[in-house]
Amino acid sequence: MIGVLARLAQDTGDGILVPAEPIQAGVTQIATPEIQWVALLPHLILVVGGILLLTIASLFRHRVPRWAYTIYTVAVAAGAIIAALPLWVRVQDAERGPFSAIAGALGVDGFSIFITVIICAGVILTALLADGYLKREGIDGPELFVLLLLAASGGTIMASANDLIVLFLGLEILSISVYVMAAMHARRFTSLEAGMKYFILGAFSSAFFLYGIALVYGASGSTNMIRINQYLASPTGVVLSENGLLLGGFALLLVGFGFKVAAVPFHAWAPDVYQGAPTPVTAFMASAVKAGGFAAMLRVFVLTFGTFSGDWQPVVFALAVLSLLVGSVLAIVQTNVKRMLAYSSIAHAGFILVGVEVATEQGTAAALFYLAAYTFMVVGSFAVITVVGRKGDGHHELSDYRGLARRQPVLAFVFTILLLAQAGVPFTAGFFAKFYVISAAVDAENYSLAIIAMVSAVIAAFLYLRIMISMYMSTDSEAVTGEPDRVPVPLAAGIALFVACVVTVVIGFVPGPITDLANDAVPFLVQVG
Amino acid sequence: MNGGVDAAYLVLGAVLFAIGAAGLLVRRNLLVMFMCVELMLNAVNVTFVAFASALGDIGGQVAVFFVLVVAASEVVVGLALIVAIMRRKPGATADDISLMKG
Repeated sequence: MIGVLARLAQDTGDGILVPAEPIQAGVTQIATPEIQWVALLPHLILVVGGILLLTIASLFRHRVPRWAYTIYTVAVAAGAIIAALPLWVRVQDAERGPFSAIAGALGVDGFSIFITVIICAGVILTALLADGYLKREGIDGPELFVLLLLAASGGTIMASANDLIVLFLGLEILSISVYVMAAMHARRFTSLEAGMKYFILGAFSSAFFLYGIALVYGASGSTNMIRINQYLASPTGVVLSENGLLLGGFALLLVGFGFKVAAVPFHAWAPDVYQGAPTPVTAFMASAVKAGGFAAMLRVFVLTFGTFSGDWQPVVFALAVLSLLVGSVLAIVQTNVKRMLAYSSIAHAGFILVGVEVATEQGTAAALFYLAAYTFMVVGSFAVITVVGRKGDGHHELSDYRGLARRQPVLAFVFTILLLAQAGVPFTAGFFAKFYVISAAVDAENYSLAIIAMVSAVIAAFLYLRIMISMYMSTDSEAVTGEPDRVPVPLAAGIALFVACVVTVVIGFVPGPITDLANDAVPFLVQVG
Repeated sequence: MNGGVDAAYLVLGAVLFAIGAAGLLVRRNLLVMFMCVELMLNAVNVTFVAFASALGDIGGQVAVFFVLVVAASEVVVGLALIVAIMRRKPGATADDISLMKG
């Protein structure tokens, strides 16, 4: 700290920090950038909504019923979506188009708005799911909802950051909130363990990510993605392809992103954390956190470092192939359903990485469609796991699902649809998600990646079938030993399940609207004028 | 472009970062692991300041303050988690928090 200050003082001495024109005593002027509040509105609604909830809950702790927190959270997230809609209209308007806000720190384009809506949808579904969970587990308090809203604001900031430092701040707002959420169920030691593991590895990866930012800053002279992009596209930037500093920065940034989106070989934390965290939090991690991570990755690599795609594509290729294969193969050997879906989410990350690797507009649109579809599929799946987990959140073995179809046919049917969607069966959202990603790879003439993705889809299908078989088949010995009671499905969780299931099926039959939106959600780096 | 960078500062940053990363992987005490993360973040700060000085750009120095804030908030959450774990298992090390495997 002292070193930093000393350095500052020295720089002032060198004349670096002294403005060109002499300043009259007492009238120091700092040029503050114009702040476009409208552009900030979705983020502000989430942040202020979270802080307001914390204040209200602290003041009237025992006078507010729990369901009020849920409704409030859903309303705030819906408000953020509504605030994002006028921005979408403005961005898609041919005359006005996308723009950069606050001196180029924040980009407002179709891409950032699309991800904002996905993340808010994830928040709404998770909040509905958490309502019944908190009641069942006897965890009182609105902290989970506060953290949910704050984490969502971090995710939306990541998706719209036009500056690497802003992106880092968004990443940390998201991550730090989720560390606490993972450890929320403090009576279960596994939850604390999950929180601690996620924290140590998350902080570790953040440090790598930050070091990557520092090296890119050193190589290009700015942390602003607009200026980095211009610099790299200029003739001096081309010379940089020999520059180890820049390539080192790419590598470290990829390590950081790899950890955040749980891509192999940086996936080691994911199964443990997904298994130990409260199940609604797991749903949030698999949907919104992943969406935020991939949004930032697309923004940084495909958009900003697009001119250097030849340098980073081989690494992303390796990450994608490893995630696809390791994720789906290791998922099969698990016996814990939560762990199975954790590994399957690693395989899904591999599919989205295919969309990143091709580095085309088509690939970006395919990745966005995948994220949108996956959010509903995975939150729905974890909703079933939440209710089947029973009190204590511990019944997640494959054997706990035995005979579920006989006891609760509707729940089993819904789970079947969601699992089929994850497997990529036609007439579900999952089919088109995989189809678009693979066709983007084929159109980019990346046939090997497309084939590996298809093989991985086949391997992963076996895993989903395995869960379905245990739901629909039950041996006679099970019936003799006595079977567990029906699990109650809380109303809010039922709504979340219904919405997730309906969206998954409707997208499967009519993918057109979402496809069009994903195609319009193009990221831009707009020069600040 | 980078002619102005004093390589010694960059090497210092890299060495500190490597010590932090190695320490995190080797040590088993949760608090020490946590300190290693802080060391890594501060190593990055050294790098940022070295580049900012060489580029004559204030952006890197401002970044350091953001990093300090982030590190402080990580301390809050990290220590709270460590306290919660120590209450359940006094004297726990990284080896003790391994109920889940596979």
